[in-house]
Amino acid sequence: MALKKCIVAFSGTEEQENELKAVIKEHGDDPGALMPVLQKAQDIYGYLPIEVQEIISREMNIPLEKVYGVSTFYSQFSLNPKGKYRISVCLGTACYVKGSGDVFNKLQSILGVTSGGITDDGKFSLQDCRCIGACGLAPVMTINDDVYGRLTGDEKELREILAKYE
Amino acid sequence: MVNIKINGIECSVEEGTTILEAARANGIRIPTLCWLKDINEIGACRICVVEMTGARSLVASCMYPISKFDEGKNILTNSPSVLESRKMTLELLLSNHKKECLYCSRSGNCELQTLCQELGVKHEPAFDGVRNEYEIDDSAAHMTRDNEKCINCRRCIAACTNVQGIGVIGANYRGFKTSIGSPFDMDLADTACVSCGQCIAVCPTGALNEKDDTDKVWAALNDPDKVVVVQTAPAVRASIGEAFGYPMGTNVEGKMAAALRCLGFNAVFDTDFGADLTIMEEATELLDRVQNGGVLPMITSCSPGWIRYCEAYYPEMIPNLSSCKSPQQMNGAITKTYWAQKMGIDPQNIVSVSVMPCTAKKFEIGREDQSASGYPDLDISITTRELVKMINAAGLCFRELPDETFDSPLGIGTGAAVIFGATGGVMEAALRTAVWKLTGEDVNSPVEFKEVRGVEGVKTATYNVGGKEITVAVASGLKNASALLEKVKSGELNVTFIEIMACPGGCVNGGGQVIVPADVRNFTDIRAERAKALYGADESRPLRKSHESPDVKEVYEKFLGEPGSHKAHEILHTSYKASDLIK
Repeated sequence: MALKKCIVAFSGTEEQENELKAVIKEHGDDPGALMPVLQKAQDIYGYLPIEVQEIISREMNIPLEKVYGVSTFYSQFSLNPKGKYRISVCLGTACYVKGSGDVFNKLQSILGVTSGGITDDGKFSLQDCRCIGACGLAPVMTINDDVYGRLTGDEKELREILAKYE
Repeated sequence: MVNIKINGIECSVEEGTTILEAARANGIRIPTLCWLKDINEIGACRICVVEMTGARSLVASCMYPISKFDEGKNILTNSPSVLESRKMTLELLLSNHKKECLYCSRSGNCELQTLCQELGVKHEPAFDGVRNEYEIDDSAAHMTRDNEKCINCRRCIAACTNVQGIGVIGANYRGFKTSIGSPFDMDLADTACVSCGQCIAVCPTGALNEKDDTDKVWAALNDPDKVVVVQTAPAVRASIGEAFGYPMGTNVEGKMAAALRCLGFNAVFDTDFGADLTIMEEATELLDRVQNGGVLPMITSCSPGWIRYCEAYYPEMIPNLSSCKSPQQMNGAITKTYWAQKMGIDPQNIVSVSVMPCTAKKFEIGREDQSASGYPDLDISITTRELVKMINAAGLCFRELPDETFDSPLGIGTGAAVIFGATGGVMEAALRTAVWKLTGEDVNSPVEFKEVRGVEGVKTATYNVGGKEITVAVASGLKNASALLEKVKSGELNVTFIEIMACPGGCVNGGGQVIVPADVRNFTDIRAERAKALYGADESRPLRKSHESPDVKEVYEKFLGEPGSHKAHEILHTSYKASDLIK
């Protein structure tokens, strides 16, 4: 078994930790508080690495495994930070039938990450998403606010797009 | 009472009874996979579905409480649609299962396999599709987990979380990707798992297993240069018979001793001897702490799962732990020192093996400060199940073996020692000797302290000893232990001496005992049944107090000096360290 620790070094600040602790305190001993606390923690840190989950586990007196189990169950939680450039590939119906699955797989192999992952230089993060309302351009991906449509899934095409963000 | 029909037969059941229990009470067994009474009631596996008049779909019988609104309804437990549904559920599980049943450790007592036979799964795969692939986690000293044999019933999680209050394993991810693991998929060895093995005991399949050390034992037995000695814990004799067709709670120590001799062990010792030594040392330590202002309450240290728990979850209580080694380690330490000397054997050439109801013992033998002779006190620790495997491999007809006795001087145990295997046993044994001491070594001092017996999670009792009131407490199962310790810490409970066993009911229900299928477990109190064998043995032994054991007297006279002596401390005591493993 391999420890699934985020490859990007954790850089949480004391302010962030205090903010998180305040959130936990607000919820007191409410047994259903884990979800809202995780949501707030993600707002504070942008993601939920082991360091953050350990604070939650300790402060709420919940086994770390339970925190991790919940954080991996819901797709709204991310164990990795977002990259400088956030790539989203639409796997909605229209894009998918037009081949966005191939685009997504190509990107995974080019970047060496899986969905929700981040490259070790912190530059690109990759996420699949559902319909972004640009079905006429299917298959579609976005990088931050830039939209790329009618992709062919050709590796050269994708590498050229990524090169713009080097 | 509510009147219902089960398969057309009228019966009357108390409101709130589940369909499953109502059926069972009327002679019908509904199969289950995930359900463990009071422990794992999640209605997840859908094997126990039944048909019910008025219900829109099949109903999970384990979770359906019969209410007055069900008056007159008919429940079908084996209609064609019920059987078809169960079979399809099973086939779907099998489509994602590593089917190496021919050589799986649980072949023959696998609940999944039994269901396949009962429901007539004839050919497979009934469903093609992706199969999840996982690495086997064999990082821990005591166990392995193969998620490719896991059916996600979550019984292990329930044992870890609901029974033990630990929760170092859980369900990660979602849907088809759901898998049982530790936080951030880390190795089990990196978590504060206490090695109790309760997860293994409740696993319906071969996904969880103790680490098999039988090959090491065979290798030692076949090595002509080694003197191989074995000891068996009190609780083993209360469970091993189940594997050979004896009713639960049958004490088969005589045949077990014979079997061990047949397997080729050079000396067959009884951990009971170590238990008697433990009492001598522990009672002395307790009286010393009471009389000289030592840290109280003192807490027993026999259960290595409890020790790991204390080190990880209650490090502030480490000073309260008795410094006594466990009976297994005491037996091992005396074997390689006194016995080696007496027999003229170099301890280097002794391979000391233990048969334990426990998986944490596999961890304990590797602990620091457990090498009295300069060599590890114990070399190999196997579970009750592994001994069964060895007996079967050797072709021994267990039931036909003669009843033999253990070898002296490390093989004679008193009644006090044999009850170590049940919750409250160590406490009672210690009281027998402590009270004798405090009442001026009166031979007529009391033998039985029944208030500390029984399967209750936490027990307390107060005794008047020599004009002084002593309150004692006993907890088994770590969630219960935690509840007790919180009361002690807050000052709500003022006690002098505490016994804690990691497994609910004590060692008789240890993680290394013969596997009991959920179907039996749900309707029998295995803790109480197996304990009967030990209390029966206690009553029938001529000596029932540890200090009366002639073997114990001999070891003190010829080797250790007085209980609590400097030499006794060097050989029979140990130390503990706070751990910062992931909780």
